[in-house]
Amino acid sequence: MRKLSFASAILEAQEYLLANDPSVFVIGLGVPTNAGVFGTTVGLVKKFGPDRVLDMPASENGMTGMGVGAAIAGMRPIMVHNRVDFAVLAMEPIVNQAAKWFYTYGGQVSCPLTVRLIIGRGWGQGPQHSQSLQAWFAHVPGLKVVMPTTPSDAKQLLIAAVNDPAPVIVLEHRWLYDTVGPVAAQSTGEQLGVSRLMAEGTDVTLVSCSYMTLECLEAARLLATIGVSASVVDLRTVSPLDMTTILGSVEHTRRLVVADTGHTWFGISGEILARVAEAGINLLSRPLRYGLPNAPTPTTASLSDVYYPRAIDIARGISSQVMGANAPLLEDPDLGKPLDWPQRAFTGPY
Amino acid sequence: MTNGWPHELAPYFEMLRIRRVEEAIARRYSDQQMRTPVHFCIGQEAPAVGVSMHLTLADQVMSAHRNHAHYLAKGGDLGRMIAELYGRSTGCCKGRGGSQHLIDTSVGFAGAAPILGSTISIATGIAFKLAKFNPGEVVVTYFGDAACEEGVFHESLAFASLHSLPIIYVCENNLYSVHSPMESRQPDRPIAELATGHRVPSFEGDGNDVAEVSMLASTAVNRARNGAGPSFLVFNTYRIVGHVGPEVDLNLGYRTQDELDHWERKDPLVQEMRRLGLPTAAWKELSDQMEDSITLEIESAFRFAIESPYPDAAEVALDVVPS
Ligand SMILES: Cc1ncc(C[n+]2csc(CCOP(=O)(O)OP(=O)(O)O)c2C)c(N)n1
Ligand SMILES: [Mg+2]
Repeated sequence: MRKLSFASAILEAQEYLLANDPSVFVIGLGVPTNAGVFGTTVGLVKKFGPDRVLDMPASENGMTGMGVGAAIAGMRPIMVHNRVDFAVLAMEPIVNQAAKWFYTYGGQVSCPLTVRLIIGRGWGQGPQHSQSLQAWFAHVPGLKVVMPTTPSDAKQLLIAAVNDPAPVIVLEHRWLYDTVGPVAAQSTGEQLGVSRLMAEGTDVTLVSCSYMTLECLEAARLLATIGVSASVVDLRTVSPLDMTTILGSVEHTRRLVVADTGHTWFGISGEILARVAEAGINLLSRPLRYGLPNAPTPTTASLSDVYYPRAIDIARGISSQVMGANAPLLEDPDLGKPLDWPQRAFTGPY
Repeated sequence: MTNGWPHELAPYFEMLRIRRVEEAIARRYSDQQMRTPVHFCIGQEAPAVGVSMHLTLADQVMSAHRNHAHYLAKGGDLGRMIAELYGRSTGCCKGRGGSQHLIDTSVGFAGAAPILGSTISIATGIAFKLAKFNPGEVVVTYFGDAACEEGVFHESLAFASLHSLPIIYVCENNLYSVHSPMESRQPDRPIAELATGHRVPSFEGDGNDVAEVSMLASTAVNRARNGAGPSFLVFNTYRIVGHVGPEVDLNLGYRTQDELDHWERKDPLVQEMRRLGLPTAAWKELSDQMEDSITLEIESAFRFAIESPYPDAAEVALDVVPS
């Protein structure tokens, strides 16, 4: 199959949606510019015109409300905010209105609004430009929350989100934008709410989403070098949460590790641990979770390694859980490399 | 502003100093040691300098993402600013904030935050306090044309007007929000008119002419000091380099070489020199003196930053809440 970058896959999904549904429009700050929201909207205005591909004033609160209105009137808006942190200004229409519209008015009118929000890590993004607030959205009944990891999912799940009658929040991780993978040319009719087993192993189940799934796959690779075999489950959709794959795997491995791009406390990892506990599965060792500490993001690159969990942290935690004091020391393959940016070619600023 | 130069030359010197600081950051930016998004103010030095001339140490200033000029013109410590960009523990936020979050409470620079519009309302709260407890002191909050698109802009101006708060809202209209031109974001009407509906007097001027800025700022600051309430100042200006980072971004195609040339001719430093009747015969010597003292100050600030330690690992979860 042909390969595309994560960013191009998002672009292709929007092209497909705009071409196939006249009620779709894309709006967001910088959407029609040549930079095109990190390349994810480049060229759309040329193909579909300024009526359907729009720039947006820095009025997140009002514009998201406008999106809710357009959606309940029958349109399928795709609204983009360049950072999840900017969408904090849009929480009112998302949380109070979009999430509750269908329920409150007796299931008569749905609100098929899709909000694309960008999250990230590192390179000095600091406390107000790099949060991962999926737990906020997932906590609200009525919202669906999608966090794609692969380029294929970036495309297919965005199409599913826009076609879904519910309001959907899609969180895209900046460190995934340049990753490349196979992407089907057509829409595959993917549904939301289905997680995926990315690697199958026998000793431990790693559950994660978005960029952290890549760290978990790398952790699984590191663990394999010392004979520990790990399953990796990629959530894909955070809400509704598909527990079938997770429970099936944990019943088999009886060990659970959850990694999330957001804060550990009161977040996605706690929810998954709770659900596994509720299912009554007896674990062989304490479950582990990896996420951000209970502190805002410091800007200085010097603290990125203590702030952001990486594959080596996960793999070392698991190896001592599985092998105890006998665990061989795993080498850190990224020792000495700058840890606050996705690839060496990147020179900032974001 | 007491930079040691005669009154007549002080604004020029201050703008030159800010320009040279920004150029020094730009030169070293590609070393990858300042890993923080820097929004350069090259070309936009005049509003900060022309306004700060009328402020005392006790007066409070806030800014947003493009804040270096505002911080420096208010007297913010240069060494601690550079150390902040380098992510060092001696930085003005101990490395936690970076370029977008400068602070120097010792000179009344109360903070800067990059969420558009946020410091418009926060500054209004400071003005609320000053009105009650520190009569005669004023607040200035700087922001860009795009921040006027946020609802808090109107909410804040209405409240400041209602309570006659001692605040000056300063909008630097540089025509762009990132790469988006005015036409795609705002209807064709003067930004200055946004305030008048709230009964906040509004003044618009050439933001590349420090004398004009100073004249308008003087009126607004006096109103605030004397309890006459808020004002809105709109300064038309232009950023010479890209939205973020030091490159001139003509390759992105959202602005033209002609437009850039037009604004470079209106460079605030060039305009001020012309107003001062410079260069005169004595100018060369004066100018060398200025450049030398600025170079020394900048070199020592960078040395301070580079020789400073990084925060240690334990600091990552320090100060999350006051203990
Ligand atoms: C609430 C919010 N929305 C969007 C952004 C992204 N953003 C950062 S700077 C910027 C442009 C701001 O333009 P303006 O206020 O005119 O200031 P300038 O950069 O031109 O100085 C935008 C949109 C943000 N920081 N905060
Ligand atoms: Mg602007």
